[in-house]
Amino acid sequence: MGTIAATFKKEFRAYFNSPIAYIFITVFLVLSNWLFMRGFFIYNQADMRGYFAVLPWIFLFFIPAVTMRLWAEEKKLGTMELLMTFPVRDRDVVLGKYLASLLFLTITVLLSFSIPLTISILGDPDGGPILGSYLGTILMGAAYLAIGLFFSSLSENQIIAFILGVAGCFLLFIIGEEFVLFTLPQALVPLFKYLGLGTHFDSISRGVLDSRDILYYLSVVVFFLYLNVRSVESRKWK
Amino acid sequence: MISVNNITKHFGETVALRGVSFEVQKGEVLGFLGPNGAGKSTTMRIITCYMPANSGSVSVAGFDVSDNSLEVRRRLGYLPENAPLYHDMKVIEFLAYIADIRQIGKTERTNRIGKMLEVCGLENVRHKNIAHLSRGYRQRVGLAQSMLHDPDILILDEPTLGLDPNQIIEIRELIKHLGREKTVILCSHILPEVSATCSRIIIINDGRIVASGAPEELTSKAGGAPVLSITVRGPADEVAARLALVEGITGVRADGEPEAGLQRFTVTGQEGTRPGEHLFRAVVDGGWSISELRQESATLEDVFTKLTTGEKA
Repeated sequence: MGTIAATFKKEFRAYFNSPIAYIFITVFLVLSNWLFMRGFFIYNQADMRGYFAVLPWIFLFFIPAVTMRLWAEEKKLGTMELLMTFPVRDRDVVLGKYLASLLFLTITVLLSFSIPLTISILGDPDGGPILGSYLGTILMGAAYLAIGLFFSSLSENQIIAFILGVAGCFLLFIIGEEFVLFTLPQALVPLFKYLGLGTHFDSISRGVLDSRDILYYLSVVVFFLYLNVRSVESRKWK
Repeated sequence: MISVNNITKHFGETVALRGVSFEVQKGEVLGFLGPNGAGKSTTMRIITCYMPANSGSVSVAGFDVSDNSLEVRRRLGYLPENAPLYHDMKVIEFLAYIADIRQIGKTERTNRIGKMLEVCGLENVRHKNIAHLSRGYRQRVGLAQSMLHDPDILILDEPTLGLDPNQIIEIRELIKHLGREKTVILCSHILPEVSATCSRIIIINDGRIVASGAPEELTSKAGGAPVLSITVRGPADEVAARLALVEGITGVRADGEPEAGLQRFTVTGQEGTRPGEHLFRAVVDGGWSISELRQESATLEDVFTKLTTGEKA
């Protein structure tokens, strides 16, 4: 087993070794279902637009909670010293931790399958946009996770890691929103619109899968994972 | 096996190491001794590739710690100070994870994990959560972790911290036993620990090596002038005058009042001499008798205190 796989396995099991996973999944599903179902029968539309529209906001608070432990706890317990004196590359540990959180999030999101199931019993939804939106949700979650993981590496306090993670995700989400763009000089608008997380999610949640959006999310992931590796290496700075 | 060349390390304004050099031979058990904050743990962190030195070089088994860090880390077993562990894992899960991350082969791992549970006395707690273990057991899990891959070199930072006296003896025996085939660096601020287990001792203070040598060497080095305690039956004044005339004696002091005709004296001799015999003869020649004659030997504690509090030996 490689070192990425070893880290992945350990971190993934850690979610289920403690009540974190069960609490997280339950609260996430109850909250997102309730927010969606509240309006579902009023609109009387057999689609999941409403569901995917609230997810970026739910993720804002839920995803930093998934990642806050990953580095902050290592620092707090002192296991960072143990981990980094194993024959592992910093990069592999970052990847292992990231992939574990990604699988955990994917499972959580897929557990919301009861909604498309209900809708297809009640009506005749278009499957394409729903699948596209699920993919988009996971891509957006992947970007949030990378941001949260990075902020976790900055502190040994999980609460600080959480708050920084929320702030980081919120910032990247908000800069592409209309009311921020409105205040900017005209020349900067396209740039900020492109950088904003939400802009890319909108088109995906309509069921449009554009390679530019996918590329955008992947770039955010790579960028923050890179920062993460640098921040883990910072103990070696002279 | 380990060669440390003039390493320095500072954290911002604080200087932790001011040029430390030493070598550890294969099969040696080296005691690394110093008060808290002397730079012990920093030195260990540099050897184990956790952080680099600001200058100087370190090589382990022929590999440089900065150029070939993975090779170095493969050959090392390390127990960091306070034995940090993942609290949400069971002992057996934790060891399995260590086997995974150290990439120990499938057939070997069962063997090694079983052996470590046995050697470190962890069989009874193998299915317990690490969070629920006592300090002593955690320390043992830390030790098991450091030896799981059967490394040639073991670096143990305060391995007996938090153990009870029986456990301390067990762990010391274990380290002595390991020292027969492995190279061990043992960090400690507890003197009996290193004098009981180590073949060589380095004393570090304020980022510098202040002494190094075998435990006996250090003790005799610190001895300086010999000090003897002698108890004689006879007239105190006469005896004192006679003792002062003995060859190589620089000072005689009567300790307290005579008790039942016995008077105790503290006698200081010239450095490098062993005046016991001369004293004995002088007393016998004077027609008195000796009830006790004892050479006060400096202990490692004295060496340590002298060297680390800035007192001149």
